[in-house]
Formats: sequence, structure tokens, C-alpha cells
Amino acid sequence: MISSFANPQKFMAISAWLMPAFAALAVVLFAIGVSLGLWFSPADYQQGESVRIMYVHVPAAWWSMAIYAMLALASFVFLVWRHTLADVAARAAAPIGAAYAGLCLVTGSLWGRPTWGTWWEWDARLTSMLVLFLTFLGYIALRAALDDEDKASRLGAILALAGAINLPVVHFSVEWWSTLHQPSSIIREGGSSIHPSMMAPLFTMAGAYAAAFAVLLLAGMRAEIYRRRATAAARKRARGT
Amino acid sequence: MSPLSVIFGRELALAWKAGPAAPVGFFLGAAVLLPLAMGTDRALLEAAGPPLVWVAAALAALMTLERLFQADLEDGSLDQLFLADESVELIVAAKGAALWVAVGLPLALAGAPVAIALQTPIEGIPAVVAGLALGMAAFIGAGLVAAAVTASVKRAGVLIALIVLPFFAPPVVFGAAATGHFGAPFLLLTGCALGAVSVGPILAAAALRLQAE
Repeated sequence: MISSFANPQKFMAISAWLMPAFAALAVVLFAIGVSLGLWFSPADYQQGESVRIMYVHVPAAWWSMAIYAMLALASFVFLVWRHTLADVAARAAAPIGAAYAGLCLVTGSLWGRPTWGTWWEWDARLTSMLVLFLTFLGYIALRAALDDEDKASRLGAILALAGAINLPVVHFSVEWWSTLHQPSSIIREGGSSIHPSMMAPLFTMAGAYAAAFAVLLLAGMRAEIYRRRATAAARKRARGT
Repeated sequence: MSPLSVIFGRELALAWKAGPAAPVGFFLGAAVLLPLAMGTDRALLEAAGPPLVWVAAALAALMTLERLFQADLEDGSLDQLFLADESVELIVAAKGAALWVAVGLPLALAGAPVAIALQTPIEGIPAVVAGLALGMAAFIGAGLVAAAVTASVKRAGVLIALIVLPFFAPPVVFGAAATGHFGAPFLLLTGCALGAVSVGPILAAAALRLQAE
């Protein structure tokens, strides 16, 4: 069943209408989420207005991790079943994941200034987000450095899998490390006790980020498929004449 | 002689000829510069010493990676290695083991005088040396993968550094915390080393098969 989705022809047909649909969804969700987050939700009794950074920061963190999981899964599918589309998806997902992780780091730093009184706190989650960001960058840099496209795809996939093994270890080591170095616990943002009035904008924004990812991913994949077709056509022409 | 012991011997000879002096010397040099930069405050050295020793060890391990497979790929000896009647995973593991013996062990032993100079109490020295030896195994295990995927990239130094940085994070965290005693961090460091040594050669072998195509 999965194999039928792996057909690029079919993918191009489906994504042609799926992409504008996700784009419309993203616009609507961003409009709702941003207005809810900026105007129609209460300020935090401790953090004041700066709590609104959460609506930009937390979804970026969630989705950057999910995007890496997707990248690793796509790499696995590509290595095992050699579905080219999985490689196209992994390649297109990496810059978006890096951008989300980068956004999470920047907003985390901006949020840290008013709440923790510092631009950068070596908080466990910020630190493992930094490592995730570097993992994305390493993957992108490796693919960019390899001239042979087929090798770039497969070596990139191997590196992506190694990263998928490493990231949970990093997460736990950093968690352990920060409890060792910071016995006093820092202010926990919300947690599970988050108020419903903040839940609505947060989850709307999470949906908006997901829709935006879908649009960017599909656009990146379509561009990559067009690029590969153009290369193949150019090669064919060169051989023919 | 089995192919593996031949490969191990060849790699060991090559690593010795290239000289463990470069990474170990780098490590010692960093350790000498440390007190010069930080001053001689005993308490400060005692606190900041072990973390900085681990940073120096990680960077020294990084130095060895760039040419690890690249030289073999360029002169064709990688293809010859694959002709051996032995699985590629074990060949890669033998290469890693040789690198560990040639560079990892001397560096771990060099950790003893460095730790003494940085005011680590004398009874903590065995744990420092054992920790560095394990840490070098973890670095090399992860480094095999990074070296294998970048084997065909020219001047891959910066790229390798970027790729291995996330993999070096857990051993550095546990290693710097383990310094001086065989406690929980030491066991976690051992876990990191075992994980890297067992998974690294498998992924590196998969990458090298592609490189040799």
C-alpha cells in the first residue's frame, strides 16, 4: 500500500492540490492562533506578557523534533526499500527542521531574557534543542558536500539514522547533566497544569506550524522532483545528440 | 594469520608511523596552556581542570578522524580490504581498535600527569585514566561513522567536526562528571563507549560499502 504512494507521478498529482489546501489551512490557523495568542489570551501572572512567546516557541520545539523523527523514518525507508520519494522527503525536510529548531532557539533566548534574566540558559531542553539543530546542520552540510547525488542520498540516510540513535542519548545525558549542575529548579513553563485559555492558542499554533511544515515540505519535494527531471532530461539530450 | 589480525597490525603500524604524537601532543599542549590561561588558583584548577581535559581529549580525537578512511579510499587499499575474507563491519572495528591502541591509550595515559598537574587527588588518577580510555573508545566509535560518510569529501575537517559534535556530547557530559571516581557517571560513560563501539562499526561499514562502489 505504501508503495503506491511512492510513485512520483502520483505524488505530483496529489500534492498539486494538497499543497494549496495545506497553505490555506496554515493561513487560517496562523490567523486564529496569532490573534488568540496576542490578544485573546491572558498574560501570565508571573511572567506577564512575555508568556506569549510560548505560542511561537513551543510548537517550533515540538515540530522540530517530530521533523527529525520523520527525516530518520524516511531515511530508513529509503535505505531499506530504495523509494526515491522517501529520500526526496528527507532532503526537503532537513532545512525546514533546522529552521524550526533555530526558531525555537532564538525565541527561547528571547524568552529567557525576561524570565531567567539571561539571554542563554544552559537549560536541559534548550541544550538538547541546540544539539538537534547541529544534527540538522550536519546532515545538510554532508549532503551539500557530496557531489555524487546517489551517494549523498544514501550516506545522508546513514548519518540520519546514526543521529536518531544519538539524540535520545543526548537528551537524557543533558537532562542528567543539568540536574547535576543546577540543583535549584528553574521556572517550569506551564507543564501539564497549563490553563485552558492558554491551551487553545498553543494548540492552534501547533496546528499552524504543522500545516506550514506540510506546505514547505511538499513545495520542497516538488521542486526537487522537477530538478531531478530537468537533470535527467538534460542528460538524455546530451546523450541523444 | 587471520585477515583481521593482519589488518589490525597494518593499521597499528600506520597509526604509529603517522604518530600518536600529534593528537597526544595536542592534548598535552592544551593541558599546559590551561593553567597559563587560568592562573594558579588551586581551587579553580581543581574545578575547571577535568572538564577542560575532556574538551582537549575530544578535540584530540577529532584530529585523527579526517584521514582515517580517506587515505584508504584514495590509494585503493579500501577496495583491497573489502576483498579480504572477512565482514566489512569487523574490518572497520579492527581499524577502530588499532586507532584506539595507537592514540586512545597513550592519550589516556597522558591524562595521568595532566590530572596531577591540575590538582586531581592522587587516588582519583586510575579513574581518570580509565575514564579517558573509555571516552576515547566512545569518540572513536562515533568518529568511525563520521569519517566513513565523509571519506570522499576533500578537506572534510570542519564537516567532520560538525557531524561528530552531537555524538561527542554524551561521553563528554558523563566523562567530565566521572573524573576521579568510579561512580554512576563512570558506568554511564561505559555505556556510551559500549554503544558507540558496537553500533559505530556497523553504520561505518554500511557507509564505506557505498564509498567503495
